[in-house]
Amino acid sequence: MTPNLTLAIVAGVLFAAGVYLLLARSITRALLGIVLLSNGANVLLLVAAGPAGEAAFVGQTPPAGMTDPLPQALALTAIVITLGMTAFILAMAHRSWQLSRTDIVADDVEDLRLVELAVRDAVPHPDDEATSRRTPDDDAAHDEVRG
Amino acid sequence: MSGVDWSTLVPLPVVLALAGAGVAVVVTGRIRLQRVVSVVTLSLVLAVSLALLVGADRSGPLTVAVGGWPAQMGIVLVVDRLAALMLVVSATVTLGVLLYAIGQGAASTDEEQADEDAPLPIFHPTMLVLSAGVSNTFITGDLFNLYVGFEILLASSFVLLTLGGSAPRIRAGISYVVVSLLASVIFLSAIALVYAATGTVNMAQLAERLDALPDGTRLVLQVMLLVGFAVKAAVFPVFGWLPDSYPTAPAPVTAVFAGLLTKVGVYSILRTQTLLFPGGQLAELLLWAALATMIVGILGAVAQDDIKRMLSFTLVSHIGYMIFGAAVGTVAGISSAVFYVAHHITVQTTLFLVIGLIERYGGSTSLTRLGGLAKVAPVLAVLFFLPAMNLAGIPPFSGFLGKVGLIQAGAQQATWLTYLLIAGSVLTSLLTLYAISRVWSRAFWQAPPPEAGEPGRVPRGMTLPAAGLVAVGLSLTFLAGPLFGITDRAARDMLARDPYIDAVLPAGAP
Repeated sequence: MTPNLTLAIVAGVLFAAGVYLLLARSITRALLGIVLLSNGANVLLLVAAGPAGEAAFVGQTPPAGMTDPLPQALALTAIVITLGMTAFILAMAHRSWQLSRTDIVADDVEDLRLVELAVRDAVPHPDDEATSRRTPDDDAAHDEVRG
Repeated sequence: MSGVDWSTLVPLPVVLALAGAGVAVVVTGRIRLQRVVSVVTLSLVLAVSLALLVGADRSGPLTVAVGGWPAQMGIVLVVDRLAALMLVVSATVTLGVLLYAIGQGAASTDEEQADEDAPLPIFHPTMLVLSAGVSNTFITGDLFNLYVGFEILLASSFVLLTLGGSAPRIRAGISYVVVSLLASVIFLSAIALVYAATGTVNMAQLAERLDALPDGTRLVLQVMLLVGFAVKAAVFPVFGWLPDSYPTAPAPVTAVFAGLLTKVGVYSILRTQTLLFPGGQLAELLLWAALATMIVGILGAVAQDDIKRMLSFTLVSHIGYMIFGAAVGTVAGISSAVFYVAHHITVQTTLFLVIGLIERYGGSTSLTRLGGLAKVAPVLAVLFFLPAMNLAGIPPFSGFLGKVGLIQAGAQQATWLTYLLIAGSVLTSLLTLYAISRVWSRAFWQAPPPEAGEPGRVPRGMTLPAAGLVAVGLSLTFLAGPLFGITDRAARDMLARDPYIDAVLPAGAP
């Protein structure tokens, strides 16, 4: 089988862009990242199908000229699943906006508590004073600026 | 085949659960009818699973070619001993959790019904779909169908995790959903590459064709599948999502997630590493991952003040034991790993249900706000004590037997790495005991803190199913002999590979 180089590169670019977007704290960006990644995987399925050919209709196309229909069926299934999952993330992003008027994923409350404990336990060092006084609110504000 | 054609039953665990979910959606307005529908459905699934276990144990792997297509073209469903055992255990705990949730729902008044802990009308159908997805991953003999099964159970787990849509659940839900979908994309890409390399996604055919591939290609495919499954199984270093998301969900949901979802990942690792990639190319890597999972997980558990979070970390830590068995890769190792999966599904689910009871009694799951429960609720104390000791692996219980099996399997291999793993698993067991006894002494023995409120009332409908699951966990001790018999035969078949391949492709097909 000779893979299609263009399709492989397209899949690679989609994966790279998807991973980059997924690293952001904004839910919308993460959603777009998931969409790009899923499309990258779908393109990869097309690469797996091998060279393009005629539609696989028995009786109309000679078997030698047919393209492999199975990866298309797999990609179709994957597209439908991605559609449902995207709708669910959109609903969650909307709910998050309703609740907190922000698109940023908040830190876990329990994690913040543990961080506070660790900061309290740590032996204070004159140089660390600026960091040890950081409160969760500061962190949240900081993240918002960054996002 | 002796008289009875067991294979007719193979698709039923999925079909029944999905049909039951459909009916449960239709009768949404009538909560009592909905409960009857879901309990009857899951009881039938359990009965079918037990029949499948008997059938698979007597006559070898049972197969069904979906739609009558030949195995090379269509999807084939396979139930061997491993799959049947998983089906039985998962159906048992799902049924227990469902009864518990019904007890919880029946006890809440109308105002509480809107409260986030009371199961909403969507709860029952979603649980049934989850059960269908889990069963689908167990019975499928097709790699892409395994992906579909994963997506079915993920979609329903998303709904269950964000029930009620409160702020903490949405926050936990987002990280859970994004991580799960990322793992699915890795898995899907691996399927695309597997197809490109071999031209099939049928697992029995893959087992034959993957052997012919160059070593490098095989390794890439193996690693990609492993990473995809490791995220779902919460293996070090990709377990961070689990303690972050599980504790926010209502008790029945956390219980069923903790019991089943990670084990589906473990099952997939066991299946692919034995059937598709025999020879233990990655055994050393898996051993290190198992060690790190055990130690990091249990250290996380020791640091927690909240019981739910503590248990989420022990869940991660004990996944390490199963990966240990899978990595050793001998009959003894695989057999003990399968036994440990069965034990751990039951015990971890039970513990989360009991934590739900504690939350109702004490109004909290934080150790700083609990105390004196042994005096006000002696039954609860017993219900917590038994599965907790079972988890830590104290001698008469099944947790001890599973751990001994794993340690023996490791000692038979007798490399310095397996001895290190044995030391690690003993240490993890001791630290589990420490974490558990901290909960015991602070929540049950210590005098209650001044700010603790009046103890809440716990309905019998919640206590009884929890007690039932405790009993199931204890019965694993008494059934350990026959159970180890089944897991031994399962492990021998898995390592031999021929029974599975011959059952799917009878005539030695191309």
